[in-house]
Amino acid sequence: MAFAGRIALIVALAVCVYGIGGALYGARHGRRDWVDSGRRSIYCLAAILTVAMAILEVAFIRNDFSYNTVAHTSSTTTPLLYRAAAMWSSQEGSLLLWVWLLSVWASVATFMTRRRLRDIVPYATSVLLGFGAFFTTLLVFFDSPFAQTHPAPVDGAGLDPLLRNPSMLIHPPMLYSGYTFFTIPFAFAVGALIVRRVDADWIRVTRRFALASWMFLGIGILLGARWSYYELGWGGYWGWDAVENAALMPWLISTAFLHSVMIQEKRGMLKIWNASLVLAASTLAIIGTFLVRSGVLDSIHAFGASTLGVPFVILIATMIAGSVYLVISRRGVLRTEHTLDSMFSREAAFLLNNVVLVGLCFVIFWGTFFPLISQALTGTAQHVGTPWFDRYTVPLALILVLLSGIGPLIAWRRASLANMRRNFALPLAAAAAMALASYTVIPISSQIGAVILFCAAAFVCASVGQEFWRGWRVRRATSRESPPGALVSMVRRNRRRYGGYVVHVGIAVLFVGVAASSTFQHEQTVTLRVGQSVAVGAYEMKYVRATGSLISDPKNTGATITLGAALRVTRGGHYVGTLLPSAGYFPTNPILPGQVVSDLISGDAVDQVGLQSSWRRDLWSAIKPLATTDSVLGSQVPEGSLVSDADRTISPTWSGKVQLETAYYELGLIVKHYVRFPPPALFTVIASPLVVWIWFGGAIVLFGGLIAIWPSPAALRSRVRARYLARIAQELGRA
Amino acid sequence: MTPPRRRHVKLVVSLTLAVVLASGLIYTSFAASNPALTPSQLLSRSRGASTVQLTGTVVSHTVRDLPGGALAFRLVDRTKRGPTVLVDYSGAVPPTFEPGRELIVTGALREGTFVAQPGSMITKCPSKYSAAPSTPA
Amino acid sequence: MSALLAALLIAALLTLVLWILSGPFRERRDGDGVDPVSDERRALESAKEAKYAEIRDNEIDHRTGKLSDLDFRALDRQLRGEAVEILRQIDELEAGGGHAVPPPADPRPGPPA
Repeated sequence: MAFAGRIALIVALAVCVYGIGGALYGARHGRRDWVDSGRRSIYCLAAILTVAMAILEVAFIRNDFSYNTVAHTSSTTTPLLYRAAAMWSSQEGSLLLWVWLLSVWASVATFMTRRRLRDIVPYATSVLLGFGAFFTTLLVFFDSPFAQTHPAPVDGAGLDPLLRNPSMLIHPPMLYSGYTFFTIPFAFAVGALIVRRVDADWIRVTRRFALASWMFLGIGILLGARWSYYELGWGGYWGWDAVENAALMPWLISTAFLHSVMIQEKRGMLKIWNASLVLAASTLAIIGTFLVRSGVLDSIHAFGASTLGVPFVILIATMIAGSVYLVISRRGVLRTEHTLDSMFSREAAFLLNNVVLVGLCFVIFWGTFFPLISQALTGTAQHVGTPWFDRYTVPLALILVLLSGIGPLIAWRRASLANMRRNFALPLAAAAAMALASYTVIPISSQIGAVILFCAAAFVCASVGQEFWRGWRVRRATSRESPPGALVSMVRRNRRRYGGYVVHVGIAVLFVGVAASSTFQHEQTVTLRVGQSVAVGAYEMKYVRATGSLISDPKNTGATITLGAALRVTRGGHYVGTLLPSAGYFPTNPILPGQVVSDLISGDAVDQVGLQSSWRRDLWSAIKPLATTDSVLGSQVPEGSLVSDADRTISPTWSGKVQLETAYYELGLIVKHYVRFPPPALFTVIASPLVVWIWFGGAIVLFGGLIAIWPSPAALRSRVRARYLARIAQELGRA
Repeated sequence: MTPPRRRHVKLVVSLTLAVVLASGLIYTSFAASNPALTPSQLLSRSRGASTVQLTGTVVSHTVRDLPGGALAFRLVDRTKRGPTVLVDYSGAVPPTFEPGRELIVTGALREGTFVAQPGSMITKCPSKYSAAPSTPA
Repeated sequence: MSALLAALLIAALLTLVLWILSGPFRERRDGDGVDPVSDERRALESAKEAKYAEIRDNEIDHRTGKLSDLDFRALDRQLRGEAVEILRQIDELEAGGGHAVPPPADPRPGPPA
């Protein structure tokens, strides 16, 4: 079956090459049938890659360890769901996932444009198949997921325990969907520039795909932040790590595109901006894909040197060179005679928005690649830390939030001073009220940055609220609808506008959460014995007892043993809750006779965060039971010797099964001993306000995006009707 | 001013502004950055105790608990060859910390020991992304 | 056994691929596969819908107090004029029945003098 998989990939590559040739030939010679055949290659690619994915997934589910990739990333003890997801935890598996997602989205795009943009489609098809060819070449010649070893190993290395949680199931597919979706606007932009046609039709098609990419990538970024916060032991959700930045940069650029393309639609301006933004966003998405796997930059994600560095650099260089060439050579078509009517117009605000977003992206780009840049310039790799990033991104983000509140309040083309006074009054009052509240009610007068952000967020929410209120009132006055009906139909008739407003509110809420949780956080890292407590902000956390379990840990990760603690949290003497942080210990591979007990727990270790969330604050805790430093547990603590004692009671001459059973029995006793006589443990505890607002804000952003992207039923109906009318006309003409 | 001329002026002004701001950014990045070094590079440097980002692999059997929750261990280059550096670390320890794992700490070399800033340890995800086939451990 | 299954799978896949890819060449005889609604018509339709959206947006801006009456009326007149132009081009296209007027690359005049 692996052989079938390999053949499938070769056929996929052949189909890509055929499709590129066919589409280009058909475009050059006006042969519609060749173009259509080229388009169908995309459908074929999707079908073939689905088969290849299925073959690989079946191998994972069936624990077929003859497949190298299954042996490296899965094992008999990995739960079924994680086994299926283990496919994309390896390089070759993730490449296959990437190109499969690309083929699926490309098929959707091809289907949706089967009757439009006919001059652009052949070139867009070729570009998409070009990406497909690149990735299938990597899979066929460089790193095949179907490589096998015979005889097959008995068991696999197992899935990294860090990845054994639900967020990690969806985070890669979401991110990859975001990255791969970007290839579609890229392909259509390249095609449009080649045929020199960037009109309303192109905008309409491209914008929808760009919005979808934006949404997927946003979800991926948010899920990554959530995973970092809930699963890793540092209690943060954003560290300006290279891979976080790699996903954020294309997201920022596509945000700029989604806004400034509106100006192109209305005024025919900023065409060069928009073409460049689309091409840049997609190139950054590929750079992001490359960064995650190349080992080029130090980061939590960077792996050892990968062999795929050179092909990716060639691809990225080609994309950059091609984009620059196209924009410069087509600048005649992209130029416009129009200028901004006034500095006080929505166009001006959008232009400023563009500039700030690109500036933000540049800052992040510079900081992310600084190790490479400084190495090239000075010979030593230098690294900039979080304070540097914060220094520049915080003010820029503040400006963005403010702009998102100002934009809805001013008109297109030209805003008059009188109107501005009327529209800005309420939001400014809200901001002032928030400032007042900050200084009198909430004790945050010492943190000016956070206060400014809260005022900006109040400004945004008030301005959006005002827009909704006024629009709703107008709708009610002119139609006979019920109050909720009027609201719904108002939004339905202007999905993009009101969806966008909802997104702005979501961003404001998200930033409020970020500002509050980073500025007013209290953190402690301290060693506690049972009975001792630590003060974190207004809370007191007391280590009341130790916890431990053998195999059946509450989070169902399959850890051999889990050791933890119960922390009793009080505030002002009142009981608030109990946190249950723990650490899970996994086996090494292989497990050697003579040290079965220690091998069963000296593999990877995973933090299980003890967390209590509420709208007001999060109480976060992680534990490192001091008994278990140095993986062989032979360090100078008594518990270490318990393990080696247990090892000595198991004779290597017994059968493997009996050794294992005895080892588990001994471990059970050790866990019980730990719970009864717990040594001191190292705790990291954090009290952080408004963290939940970050996730909630993200959900609002997603909701707003869905509103904006949903096709309006009226438009669909009229398109269908137009086709019928045209068909009637044609048939009448023929008769 | 004619429109093309005005556009020209606007372009020049905005580009100049962009270059000035970018220069400010670039300057501060060099000023605020720390070199990223491996243990062998760190030990061969003559420049004293400036803050540095150290990347290396934890050497087996060198990990010790120190009183007060601190940790001491030795780091070696990724190639596993060359001199090792003794690291003194306090603060939160990621659960993935273990001998043979690659990690990054920020701190300064003081009298032969690398004193790390509390909480600055980042461990790397285990290397499952290498294309070279490796035998199951 | 598994080898037989694999061989069958590959054969089925290849057949499917060849069948799909050759479709446009085989189907050509059954009608010329030309969509009755032409590309130019579609571009004009998109331009028309974008223009309608602009007119609506303008109305909303006025009703929610962002545009003065004077500004609104001037802009509304201009936008509706541009919409009329697009509709005229669509009609011309339909009447011409094949002699398509290429859609203007930028169907809007400059700002009001």
